[in-house]
Amino acid sequence: MSALVNVVRSMFLTELLSGMALTFKYMFRERKTLNYPHEKGSLSPRFRGEHALRRYPNGEERCIACKLCEAVCPALAITIESEPRDDGSRRTTRYDIDMTKCIYCGLCQEACPVDAIVEGPNFEFATETREELYYDKAKLLANGDRWESEIAANLAADAKYR
Amino acid sequence: MPKLTINGTEVTVDAGKTVLQACEQIGIEIPRFCYHDRLQIAGNCRMCLVEMEKSPKPIASCAMPVNEGMVIRTNTPKVKKARNGVMEFLLINHPLDCPICDQGGECDLQDQAMAYGLDRSRYTEHKRAVPDKDLGPLVETHMTRCIHCTRCIRFATDIAGVEELGTMGRGEHMEIGTYVEKALTSELSGNMIDLCPVGALNSKPYAYTARTWELVRTETIDVHDAVGSNINVNARGREVMRVLPRLNEDINEEWISDKTRFAYDGLRRGRLDQPYVRKNGKLVPATWKEALTAVAGAITGAGGGSVAAIAGDLACVESMTALKDLFDQIGSPHRDCRQDGAKLDPSVRAGYVFNTTIAGIEEADVCLLVGTNPRWEAALVNARLRKRYLRGGFLVFSIGPRLDLTFPVETLGAGPETLEGIAAGGHPFVEALSAAKRPMMILGQGALARADGSAILAAAWRIAVTCRLVRDGWNGFNVLHTAAARVGGLDIGFVPGKGGLDVGGILDGASAGKTKVVYLLGADEIDMRRLGSAFVIYQGHHGDAGANRADVILPGAAYTEKPATYVNTEGRVQQTKRVVFPPGEAREDWSIVRALSEAVGARLPYDNLSELRQRIERAHPHLAERDVAPKAAWGSFGHEGRMDQTPFRSPIDDFYMTNAICRASETMAACSALYVGNAESKTGTHG
Repeated sequence: MSALVNVVRSMFLTELLSGMALTFKYMFRERKTLNYPHEKGSLSPRFRGEHALRRYPNGEERCIACKLCEAVCPALAITIESEPRDDGSRRTTRYDIDMTKCIYCGLCQEACPVDAIVEGPNFEFATETREELYYDKAKLLANGDRWESEIAANLAADAKYR
Repeated sequence: MPKLTINGTEVTVDAGKTVLQACEQIGIEIPRFCYHDRLQIAGNCRMCLVEMEKSPKPIASCAMPVNEGMVIRTNTPKVKKARNGVMEFLLINHPLDCPICDQGGECDLQDQAMAYGLDRSRYTEHKRAVPDKDLGPLVETHMTRCIHCTRCIRFATDIAGVEELGTMGRGEHMEIGTYVEKALTSELSGNMIDLCPVGALNSKPYAYTARTWELVRTETIDVHDAVGSNINVNARGREVMRVLPRLNEDINEEWISDKTRFAYDGLRRGRLDQPYVRKNGKLVPATWKEALTAVAGAITGAGGGSVAAIAGDLACVESMTALKDLFDQIGSPHRDCRQDGAKLDPSVRAGYVFNTTIAGIEEADVCLLVGTNPRWEAALVNARLRKRYLRGGFLVFSIGPRLDLTFPVETLGAGPETLEGIAAGGHPFVEALSAAKRPMMILGQGALARADGSAILAAAWRIAVTCRLVRDGWNGFNVLHTAAARVGGLDIGFVPGKGGLDVGGILDGASAGKTKVVYLLGADEIDMRRLGSAFVIYQGHHGDAGANRADVILPGAAYTEKPATYVNTEGRVQQTKRVVFPPGEAREDWSIVRALSEAVGARLPYDNLSELRQRIERAHPHLAERDVAPKAAWGSFGHEGRMDQTPFRSPIDDFYMTNAICRASETMAACSALYVGNAESKTGTHG
């Protein structure tokens, strides 16, 4: 009996038709595919992307060279050198992140007492050469300036869970 | 001896000890800020509170003497609550700036707040802020962080002997300061930085440059003076970041002088990092091969008899031994390690070491200083003399210039005539010296580094014999050196061989053209003009006077860059360790001499450091014993002769500028200008 059923099924192409029916059904559903890079998915405020060094609204850099991020970094990606600035405040003379070493764990931004180093929402920083991924202080500060509004909004959104 | 019970454990301690010390004896750690083993007890931080039976309130254990039958508890909820309360009060006005504080990571307040602090503040009023004080180029202040433990005040007053710090105001308005703003004038001021339990006093040159957790610590010894202070050199990567003291009760206790602590920036500046050869009157960078060939050519060309060597103040035993062996091989007896021309007698060891030992000073009752300023020549010997003076019953007399040594000194005279008077027995001081139970004499280089030095040494020997400075179990005859290399050089016999010339002879020979080649092993403090037209080889680590005059420069290693042996003024053998590698092409000093020996064609029979050390220990067995001050056998030394009547003067005119490393240091230059130099004589037109 079962053999007869199998013969009838294969004769009338029922499997093919059910497959085609499923495909046809998806034509009327909402599309999930994004037209990247013209379309992008939404990111959590906690998304850990490219690093940035932030400034205070008056333009003063936040980083005070406490080196806690350097100490906590499990990949040893951060290198900092510091000395007193002319006005006597503690500042970095060098703040390097080797983005090829970084594992994007976010411990640096957790350790930062002044919210200076943050991992921003940017994930599109692929480069053509390896050297471009060795970020220095100027690059990180420029990142901070470029992404400040997004970073501030993310921090504000996440603040109540901290 | 009182017996007391601490946490149910019975303990017997010496009378006069405090409860805190009794607790430490059985291994119970009591938190504290103001209490320190080596300072007087203040009892003002209240962190060491413990519970005592029959006392209604907790007691401050650091200030409570032990009594028979006391019952102490240190682990009750009441004690914990009391300490929590004290900690909360301390933190009320303490700023939350640990991330930018150099003490962060090694801060007593930070550590103890982990155990006794709240995780948040209940204090919503304004915190107080205190203006920072300017205490000179070495100590940086952040007075807002101060918790008023007064350790710095007690250190300055007692140990350093300069009453310059004090408190002003009361309660919330209390401030530590100098009242009239001035720089601290102590040569031990850096120790306050270590004593400060918070970040109120920090090192100014080290400010904001590194964090404690990044530093690699190496235990080594210091060579800036002949004391041989034990130090801990902290390095990051290839740079020395700071120098801290290391505990050694026999030498430096836990203090070091400011020169030892702050001259390290000289190690980065003015370094010789590659060989140079002089061509057409100009020093031109060269390879090791070219430099060694040039040296070998000069030495073989001149022949053994007209080649001479002078070892400087920072030379290690290994390099001096290698150079001595090389000179023996090429047949030159002309060598000397006494570049200041001190007439020290190398034949009797007791005649050139500090026989009493530095710790032995504490047993002395009368001290005679001859031509020395221990405060500048050996700051820690001076600190030990002051420590002995504070215990009472200690008289100090001096022959030489009038000095402020931080304790009273009676000046007997200015020069050799007074010394001769005492030696002849006619001077009233002889009685005081003979009547003393433990008399000591400290003979400085100011008395020996003169033409009549040998006669002065002989007169000092006569005093030692007639006044019985040397008696059963006590040797009160001491020579205080200023150079770390000196005792080692005398021990291995880096002195003129048979028919050899000493420093004066070498320089005279060079200016007369008889000495054709002079090998300077880090010797910078000789008069370079007297070298005449001699071919000068300079082996050393800094571009100082010697390198300036040299025809060939062989770059060597500084004391933080090589494992080397030094013998301190007591005759104590100690070894340095390599903290960082020498810069560029520079090499360890003994290996340079070893390489040169091959170029000269007189190969030295050792290929590595341990073979060289074995050779040293075979020839001089007492150098095999490390970290002890061996007793030297008494003998006869010095040569009687006519004494010049010029007064004694200290060999050190400027405490902060004594060797090539200090002279390259910016910090030492600032100190020198402020404390010694002509800072006051500048007028408004100097800008």
